[in-house]
Amino acid sequence: MAIPISYNVRNLKLRKGATVMTALGIALTVTIAIFIMALLAGLHDAFATSGDPRNVLVLRKGSNSELAAGGVDREAMQVLKDLPGLAKNSNGDTLISGEDILVIVLPRKDGTGETNVTMRFLSPIGLQMRPNMKLVAGRWFSPGQREVVVSKSIHERFSHTNIGDTMSFIKGDWTVVGIFDSGGSAHESEIWADINQITTDLDRSQYSSILMQATDAVTAQGLKNRVSDDQRLKLSGMLEPEYYASQTNTGAPIKIVGWVVAFIMAIGSIFAAMNTMYAAVAYRGREIATLRVMGFSRPSILTSFVLESLLLATLGALVGIVLMLPFNGMTTGTSNPVTFSEAVFSLRMTPNVVISALIFALVMGLFGGLAPAWHAARRNIIVALRD
Amino acid sequence: MTLTRFVTKNAFRNKRRTTLTVLSIAFSLLLLTMMMTIWKAFYLDQGSVESSQRLITRNKVSLIFFLPGYYREKIRAIPGVTHVVNQTWYGGQYKDSKPENMFAQFGTDPQEFFDVYKDLRIPPDQLEAWQKDRAGTVVDAELAKKHGWKIGDRIYLKGLIFPGNLDLTIRGMYTSTQPTESIYFNSTYLEEGYAPIKGRAGFFGVVADSAEDVPKVAKAIDEEFKNVERPTKTESEHAFQLGWIAMMGNVKAFILSICLAVVFAILLVSANTMAMSIRERAREVAVLKTLGFTQSKVLRLFVGEAVTVAVLGGMLGALAGAGLMELAAKAPGLNFFLAGVHVAATTMLVALLVSATMGFVSAFVPAYHASRLNIVEGLRHIG
Repeated sequence: MAIPISYNVRNLKLRKGATVMTALGIALTVTIAIFIMALLAGLHDAFATSGDPRNVLVLRKGSNSELAAGGVDREAMQVLKDLPGLAKNSNGDTLISGEDILVIVLPRKDGTGETNVTMRFLSPIGLQMRPNMKLVAGRWFSPGQREVVVSKSIHERFSHTNIGDTMSFIKGDWTVVGIFDSGGSAHESEIWADINQITTDLDRSQYSSILMQATDAVTAQGLKNRVSDDQRLKLSGMLEPEYYASQTNTGAPIKIVGWVVAFIMAIGSIFAAMNTMYAAVAYRGREIATLRVMGFSRPSILTSFVLESLLLATLGALVGIVLMLPFNGMTTGTSNPVTFSEAVFSLRMTPNVVISALIFALVMGLFGGLAPAWHAARRNIIVALRD
Repeated sequence: MTLTRFVTKNAFRNKRRTTLTVLSIAFSLLLLTMMMTIWKAFYLDQGSVESSQRLITRNKVSLIFFLPGYYREKIRAIPGVTHVVNQTWYGGQYKDSKPENMFAQFGTDPQEFFDVYKDLRIPPDQLEAWQKDRAGTVVDAELAKKHGWKIGDRIYLKGLIFPGNLDLTIRGMYTSTQPTESIYFNSTYLEEGYAPIKGRAGFFGVVADSAEDVPKVAKAIDEEFKNVERPTKTESEHAFQLGWIAMMGNVKAFILSICLAVVFAILLVSANTMAMSIRERAREVAVLKTLGFTQSKVLRLFVGEAVTVAVLGGMLGALAGAGLMELAAKAPGLNFFLAGVHVAATTMLVALLVSATMGFVSAFVPAYHASRLNIVEGLRHIG
């Protein structure tokens, strides 16, 4: 027969001090684990879900980044434009966009210095090819003007990014005219401006990359192979989602350090939980013996104490989750090793993160409770009663 | 029996509890030691004497833009500058994209490179061999050991940023007080393979007369290139490195919040243990008092016990932290930031002090209650 769970709940309540301190210790560990997982979830969302499977990104052969020296010659655009399988918009324009990438330095709003930010220069067609980008304030840049549109996250994190502000780079000042929301994609780390303006400014003969949209995902695959296999072009095609997925190692050092910290803290918490549970067992020696005399079996004693430890851990997990809730959605940034600039993303406490945190705490509770529970179940009844 | 002996005896009488508490505190302290070490390495250490005399000049807009190569001679003409060398980040791929095969590669001028980086030491014959071979390279001796390279071996690098690959021959190995995870080759070789880079440099390493002159020289260089098409930004080598760390994100807040969580965790663990063990000993306290122990003496006994356990955990943690830091400094993916970082004795001392303080604070409340315990009630206390 199983010992009712209310017995455990009452015991936890009775030893308030120990319960609260142990649960708080577990909560601290859980907060760190949630922080790391929310970070990873945010990064994953920014890179793994970016890009349209119909889009093919064309780069110079051998390059793995839009930022690499030696991009795509402008003439290549004319060849690519006539490839079969490219989609057209309602006006009959082919959906192909030659784009340029620059990295500029902007000061952070929080006063922690300056950092590199990616600027993407593109044409109105390029805008049409990314329908998921929503304008939240102002308007898109006008062709031929020194105007920029910043992402919502950039607007939140950097100075000089309010509508009407000016940024000074290359030749002269650029005015911020709008703010867009990329829905958490990799473009959230970018500032957009007109491609023709930068071509004149820098006298560029190359694009950093060319983005083209196929009529469907299958055609895109064929288009990608066709570009890569063409010996004359010396270009390589990549599906847009593949390109962003290759950047998911962004934040790798934080990832490693974060997990090491969470792991070490978890071991510390397991020892602490063990201590509390051993004390609980020692304190209730006679009680346990009485339960045995009443007919509760060894396995049910074992289960009961493990359960108590799990309850303690769950309490810790709940506190940890509540403590971290205010940080959900907080935007932060780290360096992207592919673009050499800041990747902006949000901490995301997805259901997966919350469930994983709970499991993480339960594992701590299980390891912390098993040995003491075993000890409790094995004690000799007579000796315990005499205690 | 002296008081100290009484305290230690008591601290270890429940062996299992003490062991668990010591281990729990040790793991927290281990983290604290590592975090404090990283903080110290990033924000407090000023680097070698040679490093404090060096500056880095780069394009003001961003490091990814090149500077004209002729800036080098203009910089050299600035008062206070003794040496200047151009450097360009190649960013190629060795073997594959695995993190253990990642290291930095720079194109530079073999004639002056080691005059700027005096803390890197190379045998004169090897330096000469490098200067004579345009496709030669010098590598960090530690890096060579890791990859099993010997002099005369070839290193094949695939260009990711630059079109065109590099086929380099190892002509020398340099040693350094801190691992650099880098190799250097002749920038002319790179320029031959990719014409647009000709006459350009990624950044310049500059040596000033003395460390005191560094801010003055930095200002003078940026003044010189203020009103040209490609203005510069010059900062001390240390500031330049901090810039890389700042790019990782808000590292300071990250480390601080972990430290805070850890310290709080130690406090909780220690307080819990002390509360448990003092509650169990209510009867003993009453006996001690009957024997004539004053309140303050009882208080000191318990506090001493908590501090003993905490310091023991602290010592274990600090030592383990020092060991783990050695491992972390070599781990792929982290070595770029942590190369050559060791746990200093002072850091370990601070860690010990923190654990002692936490032990002291944690024991105070339960011990105070115990010391004020009414004798008759204490004697009646069960379990």
